[in-house]
Amino acid sequence: MKRFVAFLLVAAFAAGAALAQSSDEVANPDPAVEARLRNLGEELRCLVCQNQTLADSTAPLAQDLRNEIRQMIAAGRSDDEIRDYLVQRYGDFVLYRPPWKATTLLLWLGPFLLLAAGAGVFARIVAERRKRSGEDSAGGMERESVETLLAKDD
Amino acid sequence: MKSLKFAIPLGVFVALAIFLAVGLTRDPREVPSPFIGRSAPAFKLERLHEPQATFGPEEMRGKVWLLNVWASWCVSCRVEHPLLVDLSRSGSVPIVGLDYKDKREDGMRWLERMGNPYALSAFDGDGRVGIDYGVYGVPETFVIDKQGVIRYKQIGPITPEALERTILPLVKKLGA
Repeated sequence: MKRFVAFLLVAAFAAGAALAQSSDEVANPDPAVEARLRNLGEELRCLVCQNQTLADSTAPLAQDLRNEIRQMIAAGRSDDEIRDYLVQRYGDFVLYRPPWKATTLLLWLGPFLLLAAGAGVFARIVAERRKRSGEDSAGGMERESVETLLAKDD
Repeated sequence: MKSLKFAIPLGVFVALAIFLAVGLTRDPREVPSPFIGRSAPAFKLERLHEPQATFGPEEMRGKVWLLNVWASWCVSCRVEHPLLVDLSRSGSVPIVGLDYKDKREDGMRWLERMGNPYALSAFDGDGRVGIDYGVYGVPETFVIDKQGVIRYKQIGPITPEALERTILPLVKKLGA
């Protein structure tokens, strides 16, 4: 029970922090800017708390970067330009959707390679089993005797 | 063929174990820096101790130097600080500080108490220069060569090991 209460408290705090963050950051947020920021931020990694997005993180650096992005949006820069700005500083690591290039080939294709390997192994096992079951099954003469034996039981 | 079959899971296990073992030795906070080999971003900032004077990286042209990002609120900066003080006493490489997202009085008081290893500190109160240098975990240290190109970046406190094995040999090589 105690644990549960503690959990509720933590959850309440976290929710509060998440709610507080977007409203406190700028005096009078422009909804269009905020929407684009949110959209962009969802695909960007916060460098301080690496498994949070830039949109969700409450780390001071994430706040600074959000403000930086707000200014760039206000200055009329495109999403690609903003993304480039961040990649230049923090590398491809900030992108939750890494680019398609030589060093990321394995990252993109790896899962499919593993899937193909798995499918291959599966197909082989199935084929082998089918062959074996063909060999094992009683054929011709034996089958007849089995059937007569089974029929006797009735 | 049959005798080899039992070795397949073993092989898979060994491969997996190797991958995981290598993964354990890596620090996920150390993101490969896109700055290595690029020239240090230009800036012009007030100096911490003399607000009327400014500092920009071009002033260090022709020297191999360290740019150390620190702050009075940064806990791990305390860990590396004695090392920096010793390093500056040895005189082997000039260290410039970048006081990141700090209050001027706090930064100055901190240096008074802990000792000041910096030739000078630039004051980056709002952290804009920090962003231009891709700083995300203070302390960070950049080794910058005579042409103003960043050659190495230490993320987190400088350990005695990193200093002896990487930073000092690099400084020596670049200075030659």
